[in-house]
Amino acid sequence: MTTRTLFTQARLLDPATRLDRKGDILVIDGCIAQIGDRLARDGAEIVDCGGHCLAPGIVDMRVQLREPGDEHQETMATAGAAAAAGGVTTMVALPNTDPVIDEFALVEFVARRSRDVGLTRIRTYAAATKGLRGKELTEMGLLARAGALGFTDGIAAIADAVVMRRALSYATTFDLLVMQHPEEPRLAEGGTMTEGEIATRLGLPGINPAAEIIMIERDLRLVEITGGRYHAAHVSTAGAVDAIRRAKARGLSVTCDTAPPYFALNETAVGEYRTFAKVSPPLRSEEDRRAVVEGLRDGTIDAIASDHAPQDQESKRLPFASAASGMVGLETLLPLALELHHNGHVPLLQVLAALSQRPAEILRLPAGKLGEGMPADFVIFDLELPWRIAVDAFHSKCRNSPFDGRPTQGRVLRTVIAGRTIYRDDAKAS
Amino acid sequence: MTDEPTSSAFPHRHLLGIEGLSPDDITALLDRSERYIEHNRQADKKRSSLRGRTIINLFFESSTRTRTSFELAGKRLGGDVINMSAQWSSIKKGETLIDTAMTLNAMHPDVLIVRHPESGAVQLLSEKVDCAVINAGDGMHEHPTQALLDALTIRLRKGRLQGLTVAICGDVAHSRVARSNIQLLNTMGARVRVVAPRTLLPAETERLGVEVFHDMALGLKDVDIVMMLRLQLERMQGSFVPSLREYFHFFGLDYQKLEAAKPDALIMHPGPMNRGVEIDTEVADDIDRSVIRQQVEMGVAVRMACLEALSQAPRNVAPAT
Repeated sequence: MTTRTLFTQARLLDPATRLDRKGDILVIDGCIAQIGDRLARDGAEIVDCGGHCLAPGIVDMRVQLREPGDEHQETMATAGAAAAAGGVTTMVALPNTDPVIDEFALVEFVARRSRDVGLTRIRTYAAATKGLRGKELTEMGLLARAGALGFTDGIAAIADAVVMRRALSYATTFDLLVMQHPEEPRLAEGGTMTEGEIATRLGLPGINPAAEIIMIERDLRLVEITGGRYHAAHVSTAGAVDAIRRAKARGLSVTCDTAPPYFALNETAVGEYRTFAKVSPPLRSEEDRRAVVEGLRDGTIDAIASDHAPQDQESKRLPFASAASGMVGLETLLPLALELHHNGHVPLLQVLAALSQRPAEILRLPAGKLGEGMPADFVIFDLELPWRIAVDAFHSKCRNSPFDGRPTQGRVLRTVIAGRTIYRDDAKAS
Repeated sequence: MTDEPTSSAFPHRHLLGIEGLSPDDITALLDRSERYIEHNRQADKKRSSLRGRTIINLFFESSTRTRTSFELAGKRLGGDVINMSAQWSSIKKGETLIDTAMTLNAMHPDVLIVRHPESGAVQLLSEKVDCAVINAGDGMHEHPTQALLDALTIRLRKGRLQGLTVAICGDVAHSRVARSNIQLLNTMGARVRVVAPRTLLPAETERLGVEVFHDMALGLKDVDIVMMLRLQLERMQGSFVPSLREYFHFFGLDYQKLEAAKPDALIMHPGPMNRGVEIDTEVADDIDRSVIRQQVEMGVAVRMACLEALSQAPRNVAPAT
């Protein structure tokens, strides 16, 4: 029996085709069947979008789910609920769990848990090196066959140049993506926030932005000699944006993403040792923040990821240097990204491309577009609605967000996977 | 069969590599080798063309089949063969390569057969001695008699080399066998492909005149010959390839991958094989398609031909390379 759902009265936004107009979308059996005006109802279930925006569901290309191993901080179920509330329809987990995702049975475990939870689609990267130890390559071919979307050592850099060269080189055998946490570990060692006046005044050991730039510049050389497919995660400095801009101009197969803290905050958010503002890489100077915005505007930065990193209170209620890094991000990703549009810095369709189309392209996922035949994964949102971020309303197990209380604009109303609604904003339901 | 020279004189003083040999040189050596195949199958294998000649097997790297093959070749031609290995006392005591060469040279050998773990070492040695030198494998550079015995095996089974498509699969980066075979097959007009993960291919492999593949199904498509290379154990564990399991899955030769090749494609391996790593045991033992044991047999014939050719070579011509 076929199921038919008709989404009516929507402002359809599709970055891939530059589509921005009122219309309807007919979904049959989980896939987009037709896009048009006043489509025939034909016994379909009707979802009236009430004139609000309907865009491809967000593809969040970097989250930490803490399952398996640290289920007290997050599980696939709680992260799935948080993602659904954030308009995320596909999220890709880092392999830094316990055990590390470096065996294909664990890739299959993630797929099975994703089906069990039945919310946002959960995919995973696999470790680039066994046990994330940075020495021996993992079975990239078999892991990719099992469904791993790319290879990364998670929140650790692939530091050894020979290992990185071999990882990139071996990955070309199967045309696979290698994703780097771009931070030179020796330069960053012991650091807690960006080196500079504020760190000096607070008496905190700093990390120079060069730690990021050096690693990216090194990697770009290795990409050049290996022909590998390379992605730099959470780019946060002017120097890194500039290096990647030049690499793209040279035609290298290089992409990158950033995360909301790097365009919505700067190092002043650390204030008086606010550990919720401790992230990795650290919050940067205002100059770097502006460079990230510019990178998003000119397309040097391809994607925006939440960099969701749940940390419980015990990990954050500590002196700044001892506190864990990271912030939860799934439920604030869309409104923070929309700030770029509301501030006039990045056009709306381009913001949406960075949230869905580009990450889907980088990861080669059938997502991120409103094309006929595509899976019907949507986010329906009120573009204008002003509201205040409140961590108490989060679905995530953890509340470590520096954005608590921030006035913002734009709110997820409904999240749809394969035509099925997995989240509805009760307060503002359409 | 007579003891007279059966081919025109070999125009090189040494056999240091396939590079530098002309198609005629190669054909002459193969023709000469072919005459020994039947001879080696007789009960009486002894001949006298190298009577009175001294041949020294000088192996700085362990080897069983190559050393034995050369030793048999020399003895069957009536020569006096002496084996010296890396355990030889003065080498162990720290004597330099050149001093060793000079010492041996003073004993007036006629042919030195040398294997050395460093590329170029055999050539260096050849420059210091008066006798003929055969390279029995130098580092990752050349192993000319292996390429010749492979060519002889192919020619015997296929009747020709020209126009055949040969896929060389596996650890090309560290393989002297691959380099010599690529040289020889290209010289003789065969089409050569290499199939390997990117980490096992040396830089700019294409410039050697081969087509590069990373996928066995594509690389073996319609080939006449599948030549497997040995993957050394220390290269399997995470540095060049992640695991034995993954390597076998994607690059190990089994019947499924072999389906892409021509139905009468031959399977070759220079030995020693890692069964279950680069080659499935059933494929290796397939009597219709695997010519791995025949390669060993051809080895003796080829080495007899090389020893004989070099012993008869004029002493006043320039070195081959």
